[in-house]
Amino acid sequence: MTGSRRAPRARRAPRAWRFRLPPGLWRWVIVLAFAVLLAFPFLWMAITSFKQTTDLYNIKNNPFLFNLPPTLDHLRLLFNETLFLRWLLNTAGAGALVVLITLLLGLPAAYALARLTGRWGQRLGIGIFLTYLIPPTLLFIPMSRVVALLGLQDSLWSIIVVYPTFTLPFSIWLLMGFFKSVPRELEDAAMVDGLTRFQAFVQLVIPVSLSGILTVVIFSFTLVTQEFVYALTFISSAKNQTVSVGVPIYLVRGDVYYWGSLMAACLIASLPVAVMYNLFLDRFVAGFTVGAVK
Amino acid sequence: MRQHDRWLGAAMFVPALLYIAGLVGVPLILAFLYSVGDVTVGSVGYHFVGLANFRSVLESAAFRGALVHSFIFTIGAQLIVIVGANILALALRHPFRGRGLVRLLMLLPWVAPISLGAIGWKWMLDSIYSVVNWALVRLHLVKPFDAPMWLGEPKLAMLSVILVHAWRMLPFSTVILLAGLTAIPRDIPEAAAVDGAGFWRTHFEITLPMMKPIIAVALLFGIVFTFTDMTVVYILTRGGPYDSTHVLPSYAFFAGILGGSLAEGAAVSVFLVPILVLVAWAMLRVAHRTEVV
Amino acid sequence: MAIVETRDLTKVFKQGQLGAVNDVNLATREGEFMVFLGPSGSGKTTLLRMIAGLEEPTRGDVLIGGRVVTRLPPRERRIAMVFQSYALYPHLSVYKNIVFPLRAQRVPKELRRPKVEWAAALLGIGELLERKPRELSGGERQRVALARAIVREPSVFLLDEPLSNLDAKLRASAREELTQFHKRIGTTTIYVTHDQVEAMAMGDRIVVLDKGIVRQVGSPREVYDDPADTFVATFLGSPPMNLVDHGDVLVGFRPEHLLPAALVDGPAVALTARVTGVEYLGNERVLYARIQDGRFGEQRLIARLPSIYQVEVDEGEVVPLAIPERNLRYFAKNGGRRAEPRQLAWA
Repeated sequence: MTGSRRAPRARRAPRAWRFRLPPGLWRWVIVLAFAVLLAFPFLWMAITSFKQTTDLYNIKNNPFLFNLPPTLDHLRLLFNETLFLRWLLNTAGAGALVVLITLLLGLPAAYALARLTGRWGQRLGIGIFLTYLIPPTLLFIPMSRVVALLGLQDSLWSIIVVYPTFTLPFSIWLLMGFFKSVPRELEDAAMVDGLTRFQAFVQLVIPVSLSGILTVVIFSFTLVTQEFVYALTFISSAKNQTVSVGVPIYLVRGDVYYWGSLMAACLIASLPVAVMYNLFLDRFVAGFTVGAVK
Repeated sequence: MRQHDRWLGAAMFVPALLYIAGLVGVPLILAFLYSVGDVTVGSVGYHFVGLANFRSVLESAAFRGALVHSFIFTIGAQLIVIVGANILALALRHPFRGRGLVRLLMLLPWVAPISLGAIGWKWMLDSIYSVVNWALVRLHLVKPFDAPMWLGEPKLAMLSVILVHAWRMLPFSTVILLAGLTAIPRDIPEAAAVDGAGFWRTHFEITLPMMKPIIAVALLFGIVFTFTDMTVVYILTRGGPYDSTHVLPSYAFFAGILGGSLAEGAAVSVFLVPILVLVAWAMLRVAHRTEVV
Repeated sequence: MAIVETRDLTKVFKQGQLGAVNDVNLATREGEFMVFLGPSGSGKTTLLRMIAGLEEPTRGDVLIGGRVVTRLPPRERRIAMVFQSYALYPHLSVYKNIVFPLRAQRVPKELRRPKVEWAAALLGIGELLERKPRELSGGERQRVALARAIVREPSVFLLDEPLSNLDAKLRASAREELTQFHKRIGTTTIYVTHDQVEAMAMGDRIVVLDKGIVRQVGSPREVYDDPADTFVATFLGSPPMNLVDHGDVLVGFRPEHLLPAALVDGPAVALTARVTGVEYLGNERVLYARIQDGRFGEQRLIARLPSIYQVEVDEGEVVPLAIPERNLRYFAKNGGRRAEPRQLAWA
């Protein structure tokens, strides 16, 4: 033991450097600022949805306060007098079918690229992925002709058939990454035990990759709900529209938007997807970077 | 690799390949064909017209404006996004209480359908009822009757479009940069700390260079998503005022679908291709280089 | 060159649980090569990181060269550290890696290149200055990490298991290089490892840690021949020391001291054992046996018989064994600390 002799304390950093906030506080400032900037519009949507119209359109009122008591009128109007519910159902139904097609075509394709094709499989994977870069805004004009040719114009079937063109490349890329991370020994053991490779794929690889597949489902569905150009171009009647196009285009009489109902619709259409997305984000990033790195 | 496996692989892969080749490849070829043809919404036949469509399109001032705007909006938005995403990713790097909730809030602009986010902004920037203007007036930053016409005045409208694009892309880029940031082994910043580097030196000389590939990926995706998007412009301004916010895709829509001249629309959208090819090439370069490392 | 001291150094990660490091009091000697040895989870790395300034202690102080540095960031402690992974900056050349600390400390420009070249020459990597880390072998990377550490002429070197990433063949020569390096520059060095062979070979003194507590501090000879408790006794030495239950006390003796009775001269304790297994390892034989007719049951024993002893020993045989009295160590049954010698009565 060194006894009671006090060792001299080292000199602290000079005063000039102390003007900065401790790093923890900086982080909170930044995080708060960004969170407000990014999420405020949605808060605004929420407030608008419940404000009475006279309150809403009174420029003398403080918009952040409920100067008149909140109301459910906008919601009532939205669900009873507009096609909003119909649009939600359209989008959900079309989305489900698109996801189905994506899985049916994408699962085998991703497995083939991950396991069965060697070096040119990697190249093909990248090629598939690059088709994701071909935007709808390049293809939508000729695509409208193709849709008309198939007799699918003004029908949800047009987008059910066309949407997999962008959900597939993306999903195959993600699934490739997930399948690659499944150890080969799993299928090898199954084949030694007597299964064919395809059986091993269906009975073993798919169940093992379930959370990855679920991630792909969520993200494909998100892509479906977000799409705008194709739906706007192919579908002309309001009752066949999706939420993404119906809400901003049809919730208007002449030049006047029904802002209260409109904002309610935006919020209802955005939040559930956001919650699901957030739950699966980590897996998405993992799949994305695995695919990118290998 | 066994022969059986090769056949199985091909069989499992071909359906998806055909689907994509058919529904992407064919329209892609058609896009080029239309741009050099005389197709309209109602027409039946096809005649080759050479570069006539391109000539007429290039003569239109509105088109030239749209071309320029496309670049301005993309570059402007991406600059804001890359800097913002860097800052936010650094702030979110280490776990803290409430990080999950922050992440959910932060993701909203990206996850919400583009059109709905855009229409939300349209309400927030409304010429009479804008909450943004109300706040600015209250903070005495603008005079009550001088409040900015965010969507009505050309320069402000362009700024609004850029900002809404940036708002939407920020979460996406942040998530990607965050992944890149957490991929840096913990040892490296610690070694830099022991070596005597402060925060800024570590960030600019060690962290950022190590994140270059991932920043490139975020940037390239961001460029594609912004450059080829027509939704924000369509919802916010319909290309106005006076065509000052039109971009190539929105102009293609107006000319091709609303205007009826598919050939003209196709010609306009063909101008997207050079940028896309450039981006694809850049992405392949980045992918190749990170594999080597 | 400085002395590193810790006073009551403690680190608790989770409230209410035992700390990763508990009330550690240590002092190095000037120029010493001190080894922190312990199994994983013993707190040796946490202890090192607190000395480096990468972890903040919950309680206690760290002193370097006589001044209290507990609240100072790493760069103000005049230390250098070599990480397990070497932590070379992958995008910078070897030269830029080594010059980085000089730039960070704002060493005048003219002095930078000479210092880098001096450090590189010291470690024999002068030819590699333009290469990138990914082009180097494991051993070369270690040398670059050392060069980067030495270039600032720190007062203390901290090394966190730098050999564990090398493959076995390389480890021995890298170990030798480290020892030579230390002899040449003489800076006080603290070296963390879980490998007791490394610790014994390299350390001037070894600090044996378990669950965040210092069990013993001593030279290799002291911790091997005079272990302070059963943990130290069984952690050092491979195969571990035999610990036999004698009712009131534990009796310890190393396998190399347990020999056939015929080969033991002088005062010794005799044991009869049944051989349950023999491993022929070329330079020696390892015998596994169980005590026979012992008052305390059929306890296991391990003996190491060097090859020069050609005595025949077969499985199943009952053989008389003996341990020289001076090689016996006694440990309390409760807590395992060293106890007083006493009379033994096996049978």
